[in-house]
Amino acid sequence: MINDIWNGSIFEMVIGIGPNTVKAGGDCALPFLRDEDAQPVKPVTALEVWDVEPREWSDVLTGAFPGVLHDPAAWAKKCAQYGADLVSLKLAGTHPDLGDASPEQAAAIAKEVAAAVEIPLIVTGCGIEEKDALTLPVVARALSGRNVLIGSATANNYKDIAAACIEYGHNIIANSPLDINLAKQLNILISEMNLPLHRIAMDPLVGSLGYGIEYAYSIMERSRLGALNGDKMLSMPIICFVGQEAWKTKEANSPENMAWGDLKRRAVLWEAITASTLAQAGGSIFVLRHPESLKQFKVHIESMTALNI
Amino acid sequence: MELIGERINGMFKDIKEAILNKYPGPIEHWAVLQTKKGAHYLDINTGPTVTKEEQPAVMAWLVGVVQSVSPLPCCLDSTNPDAVEMGLKVHRGRAMINSTSADQWKMDIFFPLAAKYNARLIGLTMNEQGVPRDSAARVALAMELVVNADMHNLPMQNLYIDPLVLPVNVAQEHCPEVIEAIRQIKTLSDPAPKTIVGLSNVSQRCAERRLLNRTYLGMCMAAGLDAAILDVGDDMLVETAAAALVLLNKVVYCDAFLKTF
Repeated sequence: MINDIWNGSIFEMVIGIGPNTVKAGGDCALPFLRDEDAQPVKPVTALEVWDVEPREWSDVLTGAFPGVLHDPAAWAKKCAQYGADLVSLKLAGTHPDLGDASPEQAAAIAKEVAAAVEIPLIVTGCGIEEKDALTLPVVARALSGRNVLIGSATANNYKDIAAACIEYGHNIIANSPLDINLAKQLNILISEMNLPLHRIAMDPLVGSLGYGIEYAYSIMERSRLGALNGDKMLSMPIICFVGQEAWKTKEANSPENMAWGDLKRRAVLWEAITASTLAQAGGSIFVLRHPESLKQFKVHIESMTALNI
Repeated sequence: MELIGERINGMFKDIKEAILNKYPGPIEHWAVLQTKKGAHYLDINTGPTVTKEEQPAVMAWLVGVVQSVSPLPCCLDSTNPDAVEMGLKVHRGRAMINSTSADQWKMDIFFPLAAKYNARLIGLTMNEQGVPRDSAARVALAMELVVNADMHNLPMQNLYIDPLVLPVNVAQEHCPEVIEAIRQIKTLSDPAPKTIVGLSNVSQRCAERRLLNRTYLGMCMAAGLDAAILDVGDDMLVETAAAALVLLNKVVYCDAFLKTF
C-alpha cells in the first residue's frame, strides 16, 4: 500500500492553563489513517452551558441536568463530571430577545463558571455580530490569563474580538458561513492583526445529519487537504457546534412514533452520529449538549484511534 | 509550486566578480532578496570562469555564504560531481542537485549521491546525443531517469525531471513539445516524479522576455509542472504562479491569494 506523504499539518492549539490544558489539532494526516499518522490525534469534546436557563430545550436534554440549568457554575461542574474535556459557555442571555444582558453581567457569569471548573473554557456570544463585538472583549478581559477559546468572530466583527484575544491572551474562533474562501480570507485578516496562527480555530458552520451536513463535510475535507498540502491559512483546527444543530432537528424532537422509535435514543443518536461524521471530515473540537451522546462519541473516537485492532 | 531563485550564478557579472574576489556582498544581497521574494530554493552555480579543480571549494564557499544569510536550502548547480558533493557536505537542510543527464554513467554517479545525502535530484531528458526533438523522445529518457530512481532507492518525489526548455527564437517547435512532455512525465509512475524547467531559457535573447516567461509558466503549470528555476525578482511572474495555482484548483481561493503565496 502506498501512503500519502504530506508536507503540512494542522496547528496545535492549547486551551486552558496548568495541568488541565487541552490540546486541539496537531494532525499530520487525514483523520483515522493510522498508517499515515503514527500518533493519531483525538478530537476533543465540550458540553454546552448557557448563562440563562434555556426555555426551548427538549425534556431529553433538560432531564440530563436536573436542578442546575438555572445555575451556570453548577451546570458547568456537572459537565466536567460527565467527562467533557472543556465547558462551552454560550452567553445566550446577551441576546436582545433573551434578556439583553450587559457585557459586564456576561463577564461576571463567565468568571463564575471559570472559577467553578478545572477544565478549560470555550466562551461564545449570542451570535448577534454587533452585540458580540461589545460583549466578548469585556469577557476576554475578565478571563485574562485563562487562555480560553473565544468566539465567534466574523468578517464584520473580528477586529474588536481579535484585539481582545491578543491583549488578554486567548484563542479565537473564526466563523464563516459555509464558505471556504471566506474562511481562508478571515484567517488571513485575523493573522494580519498579529494573532498567531496556532491561536485561531475555524467554525465553518456545520449542519446536522439530514440538514446539509454534506456541505460542511466537503468544506472541512477540502480544508484539511489544503492544510496537509501546506496551506498555512487553512491549517487551523476546526470547531463543530454540533449540539445546537442536532437538537433543533425534527428527528431529535418529534415524539415517539412507530416508525422512528424511542425519542430519547433517537435524539441522542442524532447528535452522536452527526459528531462522528464530522470527525471523519476532520473536526478537532466538538461542542455537544447531551452527556449520553458525549459518551457515545468518545467511545467511537477511542475505537477509531485504538492502536491494536 | 516550488520556485527556485536563479540569480546566484557565475554567468551574471556581479556574481562572477564576487567569486573571483572572494567578496560575499553581492551573493548575500541576492540570497536575502530572493528569500524575501518567496523563493523555496536558491540555485547556486559557480559559472564558467571557475576551473574544474577550483569548483568544489567555490561551491562550498557559496553554500556557506548563502546559508549564513538565508534559511533556504540550495540547489547545487554543477555538472561536476566533486563540486556537488562538496556542496552537499556543508549544506544545511535538504539540498537539490542540479543535475544529471540521462546517460547511464552519469546517473550511476548522481543517483547514489542524492540517495546518500537524502537530496533531491534534477534529471535532464537529454544524453550524449543531445536534446531530443520531440516530446516522445523526451519522455523515453524521462523513463530512464524514473527507472534509475527506483534502482537507486531515490523516492520518486525527490526526482525532478527537466524536459529542457529551449529559446523560442531559435527552437520554437520545442516549446509545445516540452509542455506535452510534462503532461506525460506525470503519468510515468505512481507516485509521479516531479517536473521542473529552467524557465528563463524560453526567452533567451528575445523581446518581451517577462511576458514570454510568465505566459509559458502558466502553460507549463497547466500541464503539471511542479517547480521552476526562474527570476523570483519578477513580481508579475511570481503572481502568475500564484494565480495559476488557484485556477488549477491546487490552492483554495481567497481574496488575498497573492499575499499568502
